[in-house]
Amino acid sequence: MLLRGSDIIVKTIIEQGCDTVFGYPGGQIIDVYDSLYQYQNEIRHILTAHEQGAVHAADGYARSTGKTGVVIATSGPGATNLVTGIATAYIDSVPMIIVTGNVVREQIGSDSFQEIDITGITLPITKHNYFVDSIDMLADTIREAFEIAASGRPGPVLIDVPRDVQMEEFEYEPKPPVIPGGRIPAKDIRIEPAAECINQCKRPFIYYGGGLISSGAQEEMFELAELIDAPIGCSMMGISGVPSDHPRFLGMQGMHGHYASTMSMHSADCIIALGVRFNDRVTGNRAKFATRSKIIHIDIEGAELSKTTNDTHKLRGDIKMTLQKLIPLIQKKEHPEWQERVAAFKEKEKETLDCREGMTPRNIIHTLNRYKNNNTPVATDVGQHQMWSAQNLEFASARRFISSGGLGTMGFGMGAAIGAQIATGERSVLVTGDGSFAMSMNELATAVTYKVPMVIMIMNNGVLGMVRQWQTLFYDKHYSATVLNRQTDFVKLAEAFGGAGMCVTTLEELETALQKAFVYEGPFIIDCRIDKDECVFPMLPPGGSMDDIIVKAGN
Amino acid sequence: MERYTIAILVRNQFGVLNRVTSMFRRRRFNISCLTVSETESPDCSRITVLFDGEEETKQQLFNQFYKLPDVISIKELHKEDSVSCELLLIKVENTPESREEIRSAADAFDAKTVDYTREAVMMQVTGDSRRIDDFINIMRDFGILEICRTGIVSLERGSATIRNLMV
Repeated sequence: MLLRGSDIIVKTIIEQGCDTVFGYPGGQIIDVYDSLYQYQNEIRHILTAHEQGAVHAADGYARSTGKTGVVIATSGPGATNLVTGIATAYIDSVPMIIVTGNVVREQIGSDSFQEIDITGITLPITKHNYFVDSIDMLADTIREAFEIAASGRPGPVLIDVPRDVQMEEFEYEPKPPVIPGGRIPAKDIRIEPAAECINQCKRPFIYYGGGLISSGAQEEMFELAELIDAPIGCSMMGISGVPSDHPRFLGMQGMHGHYASTMSMHSADCIIALGVRFNDRVTGNRAKFATRSKIIHIDIEGAELSKTTNDTHKLRGDIKMTLQKLIPLIQKKEHPEWQERVAAFKEKEKETLDCREGMTPRNIIHTLNRYKNNNTPVATDVGQHQMWSAQNLEFASARRFISSGGLGTMGFGMGAAIGAQIATGERSVLVTGDGSFAMSMNELATAVTYKVPMVIMIMNNGVLGMVRQWQTLFYDKHYSATVLNRQTDFVKLAEAFGGAGMCVTTLEELETALQKAFVYEGPFIIDCRIDKDECVFPMLPPGGSMDDIIVKAGN
Repeated sequence: MERYTIAILVRNQFGVLNRVTSMFRRRRFNISCLTVSETESPDCSRITVLFDGEEETKQQLFNQFYKLPDVISIKELHKEDSVSCELLLIKVENTPESREEIRSAADAFDAKTVDYTREAVMMQVTGDSRRIDDFINIMRDFGILEICRTGIVSLERGSATIRNLMV
């Protein structure tokens, strides 16, 4: 069938199984929007307020479902507005397709109006990118892009299409959706010595991250944990990967991780790492990290093995398939002494928990836990509220905690929560701060337009809390540029956009607000007033080791 | 710090050199020499790099390259079982006093005279990098006007090829 290039783009996206795209129109992508109009019964387009909102929404769509998110934007500023969102998806291994328009081929390289070298700009933040030079390559390029985005370690792939390629006609033949490749187990010669190492260890610890969720290897991980009697911890990207109340689960690791989880990993003699990057926020001072421990590292991405740590056994392969081959080689063991130590860490953690009454961050999140259900996606922005959420939110199913881990993108949450709601059909929650929310509150417009049911909890302390916390602890309370003397009325703001809101100063008011918010058909803001001096603990100072851990305020 | 010779076979596509060099830059890999050329197949280009670093950094470089979809294969070429050479063009001042000495040095290095005027002589030398360095050092005495070297190209000895090791 003879179709325009723009039709081929839309038809191929539909052919690949995508039902919703996010985006923003413009002069060099207008033909694709004409095709979206034509095929509107087959694919839904969500118009955001800003391209950054669209790319974060595609990201939230992908993180909450595991499907590839698609975002469309025009050339020039449309394309550059995507950059932060693409980088966010890249570092957190989120499968995504980005389609941008560009000026006609004849004008490329002549600094035309709204021309930008977006393939050049996104080179280091995409898994791969394409400039489609000729219409005969268009459909297959998009197919290859979908394949690359979802294969092995997922990631974003950008396709830049000049406008005249969108307008040209070419023969289109539908093809079945591509099957992502790269899912193979690690080699047996790698698995066997690793199994031997696990069989000999006395204090095993399983540390998993986002890679485990991508691989869907939870069942195998639990089986291994039972066999070797190991506690389980996770990176921030691993949160919601296993039920929060699982008896072996100690919670998040790292700079603001759970005390018992961090200390157990530090005390282990064998860390079994599944789909993690050993980022500096987890290791602290690398020279002092896990010096007494062997590391068995399984990851589909070979480049992550021994990147920041000295891995004893490097197993490159799909986690689920590799564990299936590893488990039969493992002897059943019990480690009562080790479990006693872990229990002692848990006791110590209980003692250090924040037990104050009233509007404390912990009490706010715990109240939220009672209102959300097992399928509610919870997105966050970045900062203190993100860490309080990571520490205190409870989850029962995977892909329900949606947060910018690697890049730490303030402004991520609003788009992500919209995307997650649209993808799952579940009311979503955004936990944000007054700083982060101000970076993307324009997307309230999108949530109102599409009647997106979402609860927006702003942890409003009137300051940029995380930076301020560092200034409190390490910069002699020089509060440089972290005090927000703003007069934003978030309730009126919600109303101005066509949503609703409540300001709450007590837990009782919070209950009332949550009751209203969880039945409201659209975005509902809860402006939670908290004290500006609230800090996130425990805390490993940047570059510090476990010995430097600050458990609570004043020690 | 060791010096490694690494050959990379890449898809012959627009912008692929940029992808490769961008990787060196953003991960701070220390490259002292890079050559790129077409190969026996029109679909592929071959990049040869000299890389200075530790064994672990070299492993990282390999791992990071495997992430690029345009990279077909990568192989380290060891000195003992490969042949490496580069080509030098060098232009030195031509004076009646130095003429004889330049000629005898050129003979010793099998240098070919490719341009000759009253004021200057241009010579072409091929060989491994050490040999090229030595020749340049000798020529310094006679006043070097300019030099240009291609950077090394390298192939394994015997029938082994970079394609024996597909990703």
